[in-house]
Amino acid sequence: MTPEQTKAFEEKVYTFVGKPIYKGPRRGYDDVNSAMIRQWCEVMGEKNPAYVDQDWAEKSTRGHLIAPPAMMYAWTQEGYKVASEGRPTDGQVEMVKFFDSHGFSGSLGTNVDQEYFAEAKVGDAIFEESVIESISEQKTTARGVGYFFETYAKFTNQDDVLLGTQRFRVFKFIPPEQEEAAPTNSDTLEIPTRVAAPRGQDNKWWWDACDEGKILIQRCASCGALRHPPRPMCGVCQSTEWDTIESSLDGELFSFVEMHHPKFPGYQYPLLVGVISLAEGTRIIANVVGCDVKDVEIGMKLKGKVERVDEKTILPQFYPVNN
Amino acid sequence: MKTLNYTDVSIGDKIPDLDIPITASLISCAALATRDFEPCHHDKTVAQSMGLPDVFMNILTSQALMARFVTDWSGPEAVMKALKVKLGAPNVPGMTMTVSGEIVEKNDNEKSIKVDVTGENNIWGMHMSGSVQIALP
Repeated sequence: MTPEQTKAFEEKVYTFVGKPIYKGPRRGYDDVNSAMIRQWCEVMGEKNPAYVDQDWAEKSTRGHLIAPPAMMYAWTQEGYKVASEGRPTDGQVEMVKFFDSHGFSGSLGTNVDQEYFAEAKVGDAIFEESVIESISEQKTTARGVGYFFETYAKFTNQDDVLLGTQRFRVFKFIPPEQEEAAPTNSDTLEIPTRVAAPRGQDNKWWWDACDEGKILIQRCASCGALRHPPRPMCGVCQSTEWDTIESSLDGELFSFVEMHHPKFPGYQYPLLVGVISLAEGTRIIANVVGCDVKDVEIGMKLKGKVERVDEKTILPQFYPVNN
Repeated sequence: MKTLNYTDVSIGDKIPDLDIPITASLISCAALATRDFEPCHHDKTVAQSMGLPDVFMNILTSQALMARFVTDWSGPEAVMKALKVKLGAPNVPGMTMTVSGEIVEKNDNEKSIKVDVTGENNIWGMHMSGSVQIALP
């Protein structure tokens, strides 16, 4: 989109803010009933007697059965026609179609916040009133460029008692092209691997040696200074001539962090990342493994092993040396 | 069935982890139990056209599992006040989701507690994180 097109798009899309999603409060097709509650509880593994055990409920503080609060939004769902005919038009569908028609066809529910003020009982009618509450400015996320919109819903019963409220946030984005072109029909669940290190002209030789189980250290052919990570020129004498020596992988922990958050798929936790001073004199960044986090300390002696960490990657990992 | 008292619990208390095996049956049957008939939750072909290997769990089920995890622990007289879910990686068949929780706030006036909950699957990582607020007797 050109800046002019974006401006025109935003002028129109922001007019949806404040629009009701339904014409007036919309009543759930079924009032709160024990059949739907029981089915929901069965599947969810929910054993709470407050939802399903009449005898227990009568003797409880409440004195009657209640619907699971987390079912609040289930009562007003559209139902099977969503699958058979497509979702019927409402204020939100109209806005979503407008996003879609401008390339923002990706949809991702990101947050649902519910607050509860009263518990629904069997026999209650559930009414939902919803509005498009906000649309963010344009955002760039890992998923792509798009907009967050938020709907706000109020749930009431037949006596106009407020049962709860809900904010539902959705990201509408332009899906990256490669993803669009890659629908899958593979039945296998791909196990994520670590992010593979990019191999370029200046470091491919290092990774190739690592694949063969050797950790090499670059050595200036002119002044003999060692250097790591790989780079084309000696920082001491500026020579671009070099050869390598193989590290013994004897080392000492110079510094370390424990990675907590965010967790990356493909990595094993706890995840300790150390800066290790090698006996040869250079430092290397690698995982410290084979020990408990609480036993790790700066200065501890380590021994590296070159190991396969997943299907794609071989890396040096450092183990404590037990004296 | 016992319900915890407000005085029984302290900030920092952890709820024992719950492992939930994610199956196609759980995903599709739970989607229908929440009346969510979006085809991507029961029709594998549609899910695959979206780039996923199989049907994936709908949001209302994640909410249900988070709520259940906390009230299983608290007992049935607990009154749910709020349920906040942030969604991450999809849950698809073949995974196991481990749900964990820790009490992070106590409100003496309302006798309510806030429990931070995460549900992490063993393949793609964080599926859901959020909090459940309940009032205790």
